[in-house]
Amino acid sequence: MASSSYEPKNRFLRAFNQQLPILSLVHGSLGAGYRAPKNLNYFWNFGSLAGLCLVVQILTGIILVMHYTPHTSLAFNSVEHIMRDVNYGWLLRYVHANGASMFFIVVYVHIFRGLYYGSYRSPRETLWFLGVIIYLLMMATGFMGYVLPWGQMSFWGATVITNLFGAIPLVGDSIVTFLWGGFSVDNPTLNRFFSLHYLLPFVIAGVVILHIWALHIPGSNNPLGIDVKGKQDTVPFFPYYISKDALGVGVFLLFFAFFVFYAPNFLGHPDNYIPANPLVTPPHIVPEWYYLPFYAILRAIPDKLGGVIAMFAAILILFAMPWLDGSKARSSKFRPLYRFFLIVFLINALFLGYIGAKSPDDVLSLGGLDISFLTLGRIATFYYFLFFLVIVPVVSRRETPLPLPKSINDYVLKGGKSAPAE
Amino acid sequence: MKSLFKVASPALVVGLMLGLGLSATAQAAGPATPNKKVEWSFEGPFGKFDQAQLQRGFQVYKEVCAACHSLHLVAFRTLGDKGGPLFSEAEVKAIAAAYEVQDGPDQDGEMFARPARPSDKFPGPYANEQQGRAANNGAYPPDLSLIAKARADGPNYLYSLLTGYYEAPADVHLNPGMSYNPYFPGGQIAMPQPISDDQVTYADGTPATVDQMSKDLAAFLMWTAEPKLEERKSLGFSVMIFLAIMTVLFYFANKRVWAPVKRGEDI
Repeated sequence: MASSSYEPKNRFLRAFNQQLPILSLVHGSLGAGYRAPKNLNYFWNFGSLAGLCLVVQILTGIILVMHYTPHTSLAFNSVEHIMRDVNYGWLLRYVHANGASMFFIVVYVHIFRGLYYGSYRSPRETLWFLGVIIYLLMMATGFMGYVLPWGQMSFWGATVITNLFGAIPLVGDSIVTFLWGGFSVDNPTLNRFFSLHYLLPFVIAGVVILHIWALHIPGSNNPLGIDVKGKQDTVPFFPYYISKDALGVGVFLLFFAFFVFYAPNFLGHPDNYIPANPLVTPPHIVPEWYYLPFYAILRAIPDKLGGVIAMFAAILILFAMPWLDGSKARSSKFRPLYRFFLIVFLINALFLGYIGAKSPDDVLSLGGLDISFLTLGRIATFYYFLFFLVIVPVVSRRETPLPLPKSINDYVLKGGKSAPAE
Repeated sequence: MKSLFKVASPALVVGLMLGLGLSATAQAAGPATPNKKVEWSFEGPFGKFDQAQLQRGFQVYKEVCAACHSLHLVAFRTLGDKGGPLFSEAEVKAIAAAYEVQDGPDQDGEMFARPARPSDKFPGPYANEQQGRAANNGAYPPDLSLIAKARADGPNYLYSLLTGYYEAPADVHLNPGMSYNPYFPGGQIAMPQPISDDQVTYADGTPATVDQMSKDLAAFLMWTAEPKLEERKSLGFSVMIFLAIMTVLFYFANKRVWAPVKRGEDI
């Protein structure tokens, strides 16, 4: 960030930059004035990709709003008006709907990258907290956005999720009435969700700026998890990481475009093409895929209030990571035992997502053994919390890390190249 | 597509695992009997609607389904759109004119009926849901505009349902007025077998078997649900080519930019 020394060559730009040093700011945060470790691997692409997703969502969203009507009797048809009558409306909507899924995929990889390489450790705790806040805001925004088309899953998803707050003792019912703006999910609910769905992305953008600011104070972590010792460990952000991020953007957009153009409804639910009907409950209410692991945790706990607490705790516990992890090394690369449990945690989290999509009564048959998804959900939920509350604190303090390299440059010169993905 | 999947593997793993979960869900809510599979012309990255099939499917809708099912999101004009049945302008006008819609109020404050124009949408058979239920033994025939996307594996499901009316097995107890159809969730459907052989006479001479009509209708309903399918896939192809070339250029540019670092030079 420290690049006040930047001097544009053009004298008008120089004068402008003296009066408003915005060129210095860009130079110092995305340009040659900002240096990043030279060994960042492709996992470090996902931050810029998340930023791209936010921009795509805001741009497509602003245009969609020009044609959308937030009213219970008009919302569904206004979305179909976008799909049928608005020029490239189908493209805007499919990009926006799939863009939400892409945003979450990218952010989940980004979060896992942070967990794997210890990016939450000192001196980056604030950076990590801001990231968790962004994730929470994304969850809220995505949920409210899914309600807007006012299909069956919109309506019933909104009903199920808002009803969760009814589990809070004493004030639960009042809170639910307050959230709904009435005594059921209805037009006031749709209107406030619309308003907040438009507002929150800009709040996210604000926190993203803080997130990037907080990143630029200590600089990026790296796959070795060791501190930068000097200039020889780093390269200027421009052109090195601008170029590498551009490559990531290309690959990511191919993936994104594949869904938009060839499988636009794959990540959605068919029931949301049925207009909301408060009198007909769908046989199986499921949230969007990115909430499924937490939905599974919610249902794993026999008590409603307990389930709600566990679900929120499953996300909020991320805030505690800087204290839970007491290892001398940051990166899992040098902590084989911890890495093993972390990979199991990843598989377990994905499995929780699978469980969240199933009905609790469904049965998984393994050979002659029949296990209900409720039981599986409980086992997986147990490991989820065991990992954070026992495995991380104990393993990180007991396991002696492998010897750390002297410096990033030393490691790279010895042929370590950029660290492998796993 | 293989290589694309490879490079995007981290994201793909997450997407697919959760996607699989979702499709499993959709199945759980769907019919007990797996759908029959039809090879549709509109499948695959280069899939296109068969224009003649859409015209035949429209004929089936108009002469059979429209008696009970509305199509209220579809405007007559779209019957002439590229990527659709592509009726001529005169044909679209004639199709629309055969329907009557309510308009008004006129200068005297009266509502009046007039022949539909291409800009109108298909009027439904019933004034309201209650009327529809009263005429159909309590069951409301759903609007068909989006039905192919509102059911998992839509076109195959519709084809299976339409050709899936069988004699009820001895152990199935049918409620009064219901028909047996193993493809419908629960196996009992309020809609009696809607189409029979030679119920319509196709203008192009295609034999109007139940099988043929079911395919044509399912294809037509896929078009009403996703009228921009052809435009989407053809634009998608250009976008993929563009992105692929751009990504290859980024790859080589990046390789070149990083070459001095890889050689161990001080930067």
